[in-house]
This record gives sequence, C-alpha cells and structure tokens, in this order.
Amino acid sequence: MKKYLLFMVHAHLNFRKAEIESLADLFNIESIDYSKYSDQSPFLIADLKNDEEASTWIKRSILTKAIYEYWGEGETMEDLHKSIKEQPYTEKYIKDYELDSFKFEFETYKGNSKNNNVDRVKQIESFRYLDFKGKIRMKDAKQIYTVIEKYQPVSENIGGDKPVYHYFGRLVQRSNRSAMEKYDLKKRPYKGTTSFEAELSLVSANIAQVKPGTIMYDPFAGTGSFLVAGGHFGALVIGSDIDGRMIRGKGAQASINSNFKKYGESEKFLDVITMDFTHNALRSDLMIDTILCDPPYGIRESIKVLGAKNPEKFEGKEDVEIDGEKAYLKRDYIPTKKPYSLDALLDDLLQYSTERLPIGGRLAFWMPTANDENIETIVPMHSNLELKYNCVQDFNKWSRRLLVYINRGDGYNGSTNAGKQRTSNFRDRYFKNFN
Amino acid sequence: MKFLTTNFLKCSVGACDNSNDNFPLRYEGSKCQIVQDETVEFNPQFLLNILDRVDWNAIVTVARELGNQSLPVTKPQFTHQNGDANTASNLTEDELAVLQDLHVLLLQTSIAEGQMSCRNCNHIYHIKNGIPNLLLPPHLA
Ligand SMILES: C[S@@+](CC[C@H](N)C(=O)[O-])C[C@H]1O[C@@H](n2cnc3c(N)ncnc32)[C@H](O)[C@@H]1O
Ligand SMILES: [Zn+2]
Ligand SMILES: [Zn+2]
Repeated sequence: MKKYLLFMVHAHLNFRKAEIESLADLFNIESIDYSKYSDQSPFLIADLKNDEEASTWIKRSILTKAIYEYWGEGETMEDLHKSIKEQPYTEKYIKDYELDSFKFEFETYKGNSKNNNVDRVKQIESFRYLDFKGKIRMKDAKQIYTVIEKYQPVSENIGGDKPVYHYFGRLVQRSNRSAMEKYDLKKRPYKGTTSFEAELSLVSANIAQVKPGTIMYDPFAGTGSFLVAGGHFGALVIGSDIDGRMIRGKGAQASINSNFKKYGESEKFLDVITMDFTHNALRSDLMIDTILCDPPYGIRESIKVLGAKNPEKFEGKEDVEIDGEKAYLKRDYIPTKKPYSLDALLDDLLQYSTERLPIGGRLAFWMPTANDENIETIVPMHSNLELKYNCVQDFNKWSRRLLVYINRGDGYNGSTNAGKQRTSNFRDRYFKNFN
Repeated sequence: MKFLTTNFLKCSVGACDNSNDNFPLRYEGSKCQIVQDETVEFNPQFLLNILDRVDWNAIVTVARELGNQSLPVTKPQFTHQNGDANTASNLTEDELAVLQDLHVLLLQTSIAEGQMSCRNCNHIYHIKNGIPNLLLPPHLA
C-alpha cells in the first residue's frame, strides 16, 4: 500500500463522497478509509495499491481535482520540508523519478486569487534538497510536483492572503472535471428547458456506476442529457419519451443524435423511442445495467400515460376507418393520454428496475421537493432495492435530490411503501412557493 | 432507428407478453427505407461487449426480412472472448473483419421511414424520421 492525497472540489458536498465511494466500489478498491473523509475539507489521504489504482479511481471523477502520491505536509513551508525529509519512502521516491523531466505546480484552496506577491521561484528553490537531475519542462513534463496551499479565507467570498497549511505530492492523475466544459449546455446543439446541466448529470452517471460496454436506459429521456452523460462513460444508451417532440429535436443539426456526433461518441447512442414507460416495449429479457433519469414531475411537463381519461368517449373508436384503413394504424394517428400520479409512476420505475437490472445494478433518478417545513419528503422504497444514496441539491425555495438504489434481488426484504400516497401535489406547492 | 434496436423492441401491448411471438417485431423490407450512416465510429471493444446482449436468432430473422440473407445462423464467436474479459486487442484480422461487418449492420444501418408489426396481435408501429413510435391506442393500452 502507498499513501495518496486526494484533492477534491469544494462544491456539491452532498454528492462528493457518494461519487468517490461509487467509483472506488466500481473498480473494487476497498482500502480507502472514509472515516477520514470530511465535508469540511477538500483533502483525503488514502492508502492504495499503486499509481494505477489511484488513476483508475479518479480519472472519471467530476467532483475531485487530482490525486497525488503523498510526500508530506505541514503548517509552514519549513514544516512541510521537514515532513518530506522525515518520510521513510522519500529516498525511494527520489530514486524512482530523479532522472525524469519535471516541473512544479502550485494549487491553492481558499486563497485570494489577486494575491500574487508570493515568490514562486524562491519556493521552488527551497526544494533543492530533493536534487532532481531530470530536465525542467514546462510542457509534457514526466513528473509534476505540486504544492497545495490551504488558506484561511477572510470571509465567505474573500480568500485569505497567507497559507495556513501545505501539502506536497507528485501528480498521479487529474480528474475528469474538464468534461464539464465539453458537455456545457451552452455549447450543446440540441437542448431544451428540461435539459440537465453537465456537471451534475456526469456526477449522476458516476454515482450510478455507468460502465463502458454496458447498457444504460433513460425512460424519460427528453432532450437526452443523461444519455450524453452515460455515453461519455462508455455505455450504449437508449432513451424513451412519451412526447415525440422532445426527442425529435429540431432538424438534423440539432438533435440528440447530432449531440453525440459533436461529442465524437456516435456509436454510444443507440436510439430514442417514442414510448410510454408504463407500456414498455424493451424486450423483457434484455438486461439493462443502469437506469438513470429525471422523471416528469408535472412542473414543466405533465405526467401522462397511454389510455383514455374518459373511456366512454372512446368506445368503438377502434373501428373507425379512414380511406379503408383503421384510423389507429395510420402513420399520423396520435393516441390519447390520461393523467397519472407521480407516486404510481415512481412505483412503476422501482418495480421495472428490479425486473431489468442485474443484481448489484443501480437505478438513479432525480426527485424535486418543495422546501416547506411541515411536509416530510417520503422517498419511494421497494423491498428488492437498497436505497444507497439520497443526495440533496438545495435551491432557495425548493430542492431536488438524487436517489440511488441498488438492486438486491428477491431475498433482500427491504422496506416498501409502494401503492401509498407519498407526495402531495408537487406542482401546486412548487408554484405556491414561487408566488 | 438503428438495426440493433430491432433486437431490443417487442410489442408494447401488455397482453402480448404472454405470447412467444411479440419479439422480434416483423419488418417488411418493401415498406422500410434503409439508410447507412458511415460516420458512426467503429469501436471493436465496445461492439464485442454489446454483442453479448444480442439475441442472434432475432438478428438473423430481421436481417432476412430486410433483404440481408448473408448472416450465419449462429452468432460469430471471437476467440479471445472469455467471460467478461472481452478484449478486442488480440483479435485476428478475420475476426476484425467480421466485427466490422457487424458494426455496419448493427450500428450504421438504420430504418429512416417504415413500419413494423407484432407477429402476435398484428398491431402496426410506425418509424418516422428515424424514430420508432411504440405508443398505443386506448383500446390496446
Ligand atoms: C424532466 S423531463 C426529462 C428531461 C431530460 N432529462 C432532458 O435532458 O431533457 C421528463 C420527461 O418525461 C417525459 N414523460 C412524461 N410522462 C412519460 C411517460 N409516461 N413515459 C415516458 N416519458 C414520459 C416528458 O415528456 C419529459 O420529456
Ligand atoms: Zn402485440
Ligand atoms: Zn395499459
């Protein structure tokens, strides 16, 4: 085992641990001691087998910055140097990399960005005792040594001027945070009002453990934000939506398919299907590895399923013919839909997941909640599913949460609340709160 | 709608789940406009993994209906395919060629316009602008 320093992003704290834990679990990394993890700190020291394992763990993470081979730490630079010299492995590390080209980098946490009166050159020179013999390269250096400075911020918005703690390490792997740029909605050809922002959709796919070469399904695909995230992590993605207009896009240049083309991941996108999730046409013996979605909540879009609201109105309609052809078989026929409750839809989603996911497979979906104090949020439960995470993202007057379940199979005997009314009308509460 | 999708779609009429004829759906070659998109990238490793999920008999059936009689009756096997450690890196040239052909068929070939129907209840589903529509009229929903 070797000691590593993980430097995390100090944001989305309700999601951060779930992400690194899910990725470690995905790659069977069991040596991490999460009792050292704290929401207050962007640092986590972890014992790992080797660099390769460290790299595997962090390379697709969104809510971390990088992982380093740990060399030392200390309050002042002097303390830091002392710590480095004291580590039993320092001598070996130097031997291992001394001939490699290298450079130094500085990272800061809560520092004042306008503070540039630190002499970085002098700081680098203070590491002279390491006696690296390789060439200094600003570009493509083989080894990057990093000083991470932690500052005491002046206030919530103003960074500190003087570092209060230092870490030193050799960069092993940067995270996948740059993917946020690539998938930024501003640059996406086809998007809509229901599109989900890049950062948390990628995080969702990580927590859902989307795996390369497997199948991911978004039953409520809309403009395909989660399909894009799943495709990024290498799954074959399939979407469905009851509203054909959502998934059709706006011509060949602005469609879900063209999004995948732009991202260079066209083979990952299978199809989007116009379909009512509750009248599902994916063959029953098709194993779906991951289900990831943002179900309709009746805010921007209504919750509807196939069927007539007033069946008597439709009696005998199946016999109507147009030009000698059954009307309901015509290319332009639009079937009627009826309202459905959110509770029932989520019950269906949980049940479907237990039928289609492999044991250990994950269902992850978003659920909005109004922040009125006196209404308890009841999370839907199924006896075969373990609720693994309930990560809240708070907005001012409402919040939404990512619920993540693991399929445990028939013997699990978890609690269930299927068939019960859990939510009062979110739409009403949502709008009431905004008025 | 990509050819591979024909391998995943059954009839959405619930009652047809009790029949063995609700999958694959029936495709009439003369009523389907087939297009090929050569820009869909060839990713051998990815395709190898996905092939594990494919119901080969259904692939052969639908390919025939759409005018392709050339597929072998049994699923091509790749020598270096063992368990979930599928690796594309040591495929032979012949195997790679087979995989490339499958890529063209499964991921580059699609139905732009057309229809499909259930072998059990005969309900017709349309494919419009490349998107299959599996919605049902109220008497079947
Ligand atoms: C919150 S939106 C999802 C947005 C999507 N994540 C995106 O990136 O645009 C919910 C979607 O569910 C669809 N929907 C509603 N009822 C449905 C049903 N019964 N079956 C399938 N889709 C449904 C709506 O048309 C809507 O596009
Ligand atoms: Zn049928
Ligand atoms: Zn029904």
